[in-house]
Amino acid sequence: MNPWGAIILRDLRVAWQGGGALLPLSFFLLVATLFPFAVGPDGPLLAKVGGGALWMAALLAALLPVDRLIAPDAEQGVLDQYAVRGLSDEGVAAAKIAAHWLGFGPPLLLAALPASALLKLDGAVLARLELGLAIGTPALAALGVMTSALTLGLRGAGALAGLVMLPLAVPLLIFGAGALGPQGMGALKLLAAASLLLTAIAPFAAGAAIRAARD
Amino acid sequence: MPPARLAFDRVACLRGDRLLFEDMSFALGPGEAALLTGPNGAGKSSLMRIAAGLLAPSAGMVEREGGIAFAGEAAALDPRQPLGAALRFWAGFDGAVRGDVETALDRMGIANLAEVPVRMLSTGQRKRAALARVLAGRDGIWLLDEPGNGLDKASLARLGAAMATHRARGGIVLAATHQPLDLDGASEIPLGARR
Repeated sequence: MNPWGAIILRDLRVAWQGGGALLPLSFFLLVATLFPFAVGPDGPLLAKVGGGALWMAALLAALLPVDRLIAPDAEQGVLDQYAVRGLSDEGVAAAKIAAHWLGFGPPLLLAALPASALLKLDGAVLARLELGLAIGTPALAALGVMTSALTLGLRGAGALAGLVMLPLAVPLLIFGAGALGPQGMGALKLLAAASLLLTAIAPFAAGAAIRAARD
Repeated sequence: MPPARLAFDRVACLRGDRLLFEDMSFALGPGEAALLTGPNGAGKSSLMRIAAGLLAPSAGMVEREGGIAFAGEAAALDPRQPLGAALRFWAGFDGAVRGDVETALDRMGIANLAEVPVRMLSTGQRKRAALARVLAGRDGIWLLDEPGNGLDKASLARLGAAMATHRARGGIVLAATHQPLDLDGASEIPLGARR
């Protein structure tokens, strides 16, 4: 098999076996369940703020598995073995991003259906939320792998990862939530631009960070 | 296997502000082997990592011809997977054919552990599993960091036999070790002469 495909399949398997794939999903649904309790059962109010709350939940859900994306592979020598076999660190990072997105993006899109019902989002908003998440989750996955690589070998990497990742994710949040309004097409395009930029940069940043951590 | 070659040309290794070694030159051709010896912290593992291309030498050149199989401190096997499946993952990268993993397991005497998850293995068994990963590949250059650590007498003999077969096929073995290894006619590269 093609080595990149093998890496993607392996990472997906590890994520499922370790329970890491279910964690963001249950967190996302938990937020959607708790939010109406906190705000109160006021339908119009929930519909107004619910979409933004779901975007924030998606963002924080993407942050959850960050400490398991790269650090275990680095400790177990798996990354070294890839490098010895002539696979570039950037390529490995890109494969890891693809695997992380596959394990978390599509399930999140599915989970957004019950979540939006809980928050009384109407069909049009739900459609824009799904579209926005489909565009934005690759960037969230890319950011997750990138911060995971950047905090490699640091103490308290999990907490630090949040500080590194969340500021970079701000554009996604702004444009993603902005796209939920009736005039959202412009925001959606900007979301796509931000997502493309982050997804394109991340493999190089993550690859460089992996290489630096090896020294 | 294409003719393997590993050559260091005046290589230096600087870690932090400590110079571990400099002017390190040696060349290994097909069938040759070298033992890397020296006290803890002398730079044996660093030299292995430089040979594997994981660390850039601070000065000098490293030439490699042929694939590299590296067995470092970490086994690089998924703890949750059965040993056989974990080895087959790497065998897929190394162009091994069907049966190579089974043969390698058999040669390291752990064929009966193929279905056991890696996390259940003992230290010595894990070391043998990492060596089986090297055996299952088709690489010309074997870089073994402390391959004898935690191995019992019978396993050491198996390791010796495996290295001999590999050299007979034209492979290279570079091993860092504290204990005597069964490597006939291997040159010795002592490290740590400097303070």
